[in-house]
Amino acid sequence: MSQPDSLLDVRDVAVAYGPRVALDGVSLSVTRGEVVGLVGPNGSGKSTLIRAVTRVVRLQRGTVRLLGEDLASLGQRDVALRAAVVPQNPLLPEAFTALQVVLMGRTPHLGLLATEGGADLEAARRALEATDARDLAARRIAELSGGERQRVVVARALAQEAPLLLLDEPTAHMDIGHQAAVLALILSLCRDGARGALAAVHDLTLAAQSCHRLVMLHRGRVVAEGPPHDVLTPQRLRQVYGAEAVVFDHPLTGRPVVVPDVAGTAVPSPL
Amino acid sequence: MNILRRSQAFDPAVAGEALAPALPALPLARPPLGRLGLGLAALMAAAVLAAAVGPANIPLDATVRIVLSRLPGVDLADGLPQAWRDIIWEVRLPRVLLAGLVGATLALAGATYQGVFRNPLAEPYLIGVAPGAALAATAVLVSPVPYAFGGFSVLPLAAFAGGLTAVALAYFLARVGRTVPTTTLILAGIAISSIATSMTSFLMLLDIDRVFNLLAWVLGGFNLSSWDRLAWVAPYAVPAAAVLLLYGRTLNVLQLDDEQAQQLGVNVERTKLLLLGASSLATAAAVSVSGIIGFVGLIVPHAVRLVWGPDHRQLLPMSMLVGATFLILADLLAREVLQPSEVPVGIITSFCGVPFFLYLLRRAQRGVF
Repeated sequence: MSQPDSLLDVRDVAVAYGPRVALDGVSLSVTRGEVVGLVGPNGSGKSTLIRAVTRVVRLQRGTVRLLGEDLASLGQRDVALRAAVVPQNPLLPEAFTALQVVLMGRTPHLGLLATEGGADLEAARRALEATDARDLAARRIAELSGGERQRVVVARALAQEAPLLLLDEPTAHMDIGHQAAVLALILSLCRDGARGALAAVHDLTLAAQSCHRLVMLHRGRVVAEGPPHDVLTPQRLRQVYGAEAVVFDHPLTGRPVVVPDVAGTAVPSPL
Repeated sequence: MNILRRSQAFDPAVAGEALAPALPALPLARPPLGRLGLGLAALMAAAVLAAAVGPANIPLDATVRIVLSRLPGVDLADGLPQAWRDIIWEVRLPRVLLAGLVGATLALAGATYQGVFRNPLAEPYLIGVAPGAALAATAVLVSPVPYAFGGFSVLPLAAFAGGLTAVALAYFLARVGRTVPTTTLILAGIAISSIATSMTSFLMLLDIDRVFNLLAWVLGGFNLSSWDRLAWVAPYAVPAAAVLLLYGRTLNVLQLDDEQAQQLGVNVERTKLLLLGASSLATAAAVSVSGIIGFVGLIVPHAVRLVWGPDHRQLLPMSMLVGATFLILADLLAREVLQPSEVPVGIITSFCGVPFFLYLLRRAQRGVF
């Protein structure tokens, strides 16, 4: 595979579930070294976009390019070699061990008759180490908590060793320590410029801390795109989420912090 | 500081260093030769026992010698009565082999259906394959047209057409958009099964002279076994089984949901169609020679899963061995308990199967699927 800078290029994509339009003319791109955050309210099309670029749902319109290749011309296995997905709330087989599930990430690398070999175990091992899931390897999925399962799924995507990571709420069910660790891991994976990531992140503050760029979806359309500061403005949060929120700068990173105004009285930031 | 430590850990060098306590061995990096050997030994023992026991009891060693004598260049049967040789070779061996082949086929098909549908209740009867196959075979049996010519019979083909029609009907009825949700497929399968079963009963009543024979066939059994019948079924069941055995690892990946399997590079719809086609062909071939024998396809894969775990790379071959052994022994019981008459083997499989199944279920309350 050549090494084009563009990992993902989405142009004017539309997707519908029956009569319901889920994506309507979405364009965005992810290049190597970049972590792009996908934000927007529930049902705005974040998950659908990840499904569309891995050909789980059919495009009604538009094109998707993975590492420069048109999605329509790629086999399912080629797609999996280019993009690894961390789905939201995935179904996992309860009786399998965490290691068995992580090794399933090696599927696109293996032919029909092949069994996992040393290289595959090594990839699984690295992925388990990276997600702090090493101790879970021998345990059955049924015995794991929600956050532990999520780490196993992230490890599976790492073991897949695809240049593009597509993450749908990668920190769901995780405690704050593992949330930070997983996002730091994604950043560190992309830092060397070999990989890039598109992450749907619900928590706007977390998204602002961990992404180079944000793309905000609303009703299937891109309504804002750019550095976190430009995207997360109180006016836009009101317009898109219908929420009153206070946005102020993180004292150390200078990135925006979003706090919903629960009490209904917007208190000025003390900073 | 925790964050730092964790992100550094992805560096392969650091990760390699931290390998201190070794990770558990690769799941089935090598074939599970031990348990396959055990299963094969049990199957052989059951086959010899079933060939030896009957109205004329033949010693076990004589049975083995008679069978081995058929190998070129081996003559161990010197001095044994010709009647024994005829009983073993013409009567019991084809029956034992047919029971083994049907048992292996039904268990393999059951394990495959359960894997494809991610549903512990899926089995050849529930999704309509076996009732559809039985309906088509009954239609051929009551028609005045001859259906068998020595080592060839149209019965398996008719059964396959019926089984495939049933599963295809269920599949398309259950289709929602581009996907086929498991629950709707099972519901559609049950509906099709009910229709096929009623139509089979109706066809049998049309041919009142032969209703008893047909009923005995539908209830399932091996009393009509012969080398010819083995030749009817083997050309379909054996290749279908060979294909299914290749798909163990893919079936493991299908235990994730369809979306994840697809995102891991599996062409989900095409793979499912191939697996369902092969297991339906094998099931139809089995039904065409043995009628409907329940419980093997449901209970055997469950038992194997409970004892040896869920990895399909061992679940599929072990289900075949255990299914063959189980049905050979069940058929032996069917011949022996009410001598000189026979009990339909389906009654035996349910009678033995249910308590065993309940015992296993009690023993392992944890998720086994």
